Amino acid sequence: MNPLDQNKAPIYEALRRFKSMRVVPFDVPGHKRGRGNPELTSFLGQPCMDVDVNSMKPLDNLCHPVSVIREAEELAAAAFSAKNAFLMVNGTTAAVQAMVFSAVKEGEKIIIPRNVHRSAINALVLSGAIPVYVNPGVNKKLGIPLGMSLESVRDAIEKNPDAKAVFVNNPTYYGICSDLKEIVRIAHRAGMTVLADEAHGTHFYFGDGFPISAMAAGADMAAVSMHKNGGSLTQSSFLLINNYISEGYTRQIINLTQTTSGSYLLMSSLDLSRKNLALNGKDIYKKVLDYANYARDEINKIGGYYAFGKDLIDGKAIYDFDLAKLSVHTRDIGLAGIEVYDMLRDDYDIQIEFGDIGNILAIISVGDTTLMMERLISAMSDIERLHHKSSIGMFDHEYISPDVITTPKEAFYAEKRSVPIEKSSGMVCSEFVMCYPPGIPILAPGERITKEILDYIAYAKEKGCFMTGTEDVNIDYINVI
Amino acid sequence: MELWYSENHSDDVKFSLRVEEQLYTKQTEYQRIDVMTSKEFGTFLTLDGLMMVAEKDEFIYHEMIVHVPMSVNPNIKKVLVIGGGDGGTVKQLVRYDTVEAIDLVEIDRDVVEVCKKFLPTVSAGLNDERVNINYEDGLKFVRNTKDKYDLIIVDSTDPFGPGEGLFTREFYGNCYRTLSDDGIMVNQHESPYYENYANSLIRAHRRIKGVFPIHKIYQAHIPTYPSGHWLFGFASNKFDPIKDFNAERWNKLRLDTKYYNTELHMGCFALPNYVKELLDNA
Repeated sequence: MNPLDQNKAPIYEALRRFKSMRVVPFDVPGHKRGRGNPELTSFLGQPCMDVDVNSMKPLDNLCHPVSVIREAEELAAAAFSAKNAFLMVNGTTAAVQAMVFSAVKEGEKIIIPRNVHRSAINALVLSGAIPVYVNPGVNKKLGIPLGMSLESVRDAIEKNPDAKAVFVNNPTYYGICSDLKEIVRIAHRAGMTVLADEAHGTHFYFGDGFPISAMAAGADMAAVSMHKNGGSLTQSSFLLINNYISEGYTRQIINLTQTTSGSYLLMSSLDLSRKNLALNGKDIYKKVLDYANYARDEINKIGGYYAFGKDLIDGKAIYDFDLAKLSVHTRDIGLAGIEVYDMLRDDYDIQIEFGDIGNILAIISVGDTTLMMERLISAMSDIERLHHKSSIGMFDHEYISPDVITTPKEAFYAEKRSVPIEKSSGMVCSEFVMCYPPGIPILAPGERITKEILDYIAYAKEKGCFMTGTEDVNIDYINVI
Repeated sequence: MELWYSENHSDDVKFSLRVEEQLYTKQTEYQRIDVMTSKEFGTFLTLDGLMMVAEKDEFIYHEMIVHVPMSVNPNIKKVLVIGGGDGGTVKQLVRYDTVEAIDLVEIDRDVVEVCKKFLPTVSAGLNDERVNINYEDGLKFVRNTKDKYDLIIVDSTDPFGPGEGLFTREFYGNCYRTLSDDGIMVNQHESPYYENYANSLIRAHRRIKGVFPIHKIYQAHIPTYPSGHWLFGFASNKFDPIKDFNAERWNKLRLDTKYYNTELHMGCFALPNYVKELLDNA
């Protein structure tokens, strides 16, 4: 058998062998195959507890893989056409942080769009790297931040020739892609590493008709959230590397912060999901695409809603669009996205990914069915029937360009004081403020607080967005330098 | 040899019938269909291992789901039946000369074919010329239809399979939109006794309450259904099933029924206290 036969799932197979050995455990975890916690065992099931085990010779070790985990990583690398792949069990957050830590050190610059996930800016707080923000374009009608236009990246590279890396969302939460291939070309010419946040891009590697994947575009590193729409368990993810990036150094960086007790539940879920996508990904994502396209058409027929797709593409800040994302603009029916999001859950028992001021996003993935799609569309239609109203007076702006005063690290660790948020206009913020999800900071440490930002925060709070990031859980007070 | 069909009515309660012969089995795109014969209940159909219709006691369910709304509004002309691929509901409906059109929306074509073949006495009405069958998800149908109906009968399976979408607010909301101003919606409303079924009952009631101003529950006793105690929902913008009921008018039609009668109509809306309590808390 070919050693890189994608039918294989080495971790899963090793766990099955291990189970049949009936080894007596005198190691951790102390629940000892669930016997020590009967209530949990009855809740999660015996098969689950049986494989919640510790690293050992037959099962390899995530920190220093030499056997089955190594094989699983090699199979994953082949499946993603990467030079190396790393199993990640601390979330895609850990993968994003590992990318940033390995590409830039304290005081070094990284070119980064401002609409990144908090995990990227958190990595800057920890590492002390300096962000050079590229303003993502904004679609005024939808109020969403877009991708980076080639001109703005070129401009940032020219103005910051000493920058070490360029960070790209591929795609953004809303499904928008930058011209990654060309960004890679100009970044490499300037000697910079290209890091791709592919938290929402797993399917780019397996389906047809999607935007180009980071590895295919020649990027150097990519963080791929297998759990988001690839079918693995929550918190499991892949880090991919390419080109000249060192495998050993990347592993060292990962091991700085990642757990030494890697969960075999998570690892086996990565192993089996990789196998499933490598073997069946084309068909699976064809179905996903059909569902998403059907839903988009049907939702647009309801009237009032705008389920956007490739029609947004402008060749610049929207170079490509991921059609597997079902993003719907709701403001024209007089409802904020967050309001539709809440109604779907409270009145219709439908949980979608997020709602922001003007849009909602539903994740369509490997696990959906025709009947479930129909429920979502019908619920949207019923909400429109019952709640349609004028959109006059609704906030129509989402992205606010940041005024960066100091680095995230300096601002976060600086001497700070807490002030009532409404009185903070003009001051420099020392912490994050964001709606979660999507988790894109409205304010990041080191940025000037403006009246416009405060109005936005007040509006988001009023509409029921779940705000996080500040030390004060109610976001009534904010830490400033 | 003994051959038994068993169905779990709860995790710890089983209901069994001695089977004489299994006539049919098939896993369709949506569900598993089985047809068997039994001495006690005649030929019966199960979907995903749950009893749907049995020749001998089907009259109870079908008379109650049809004659209750038909006797409240005698002007019903256009009827939509969601589910009901066995044809039993349609069989009762076509007895009314005043009904002009019946649209039946059944997701699974095989159910209709199988019932036509093995349950001809139940499915006979499907051949009536006023009947038009659509093979489609009921939720999708009500969302898209431009027609208005005087009566919608939700004759669905339990909400644990393809029928799940028919117990949702989005479904009831779209039904509301599809009804004429004096329209009535009647739905099979599960059983109050076993917890699993009672939960479905509560959820459905809560959803219907949020959509229709008039919403009442009535009951029947059906030997082959879990606990034997089965409920139906009556919802409308305009008609109250008791106040707007005219017994004399219906009796003049001289329809011969085995379960339904006009005294029972008045009585079936009187519910046991524990059921009232369930509904009050919904």
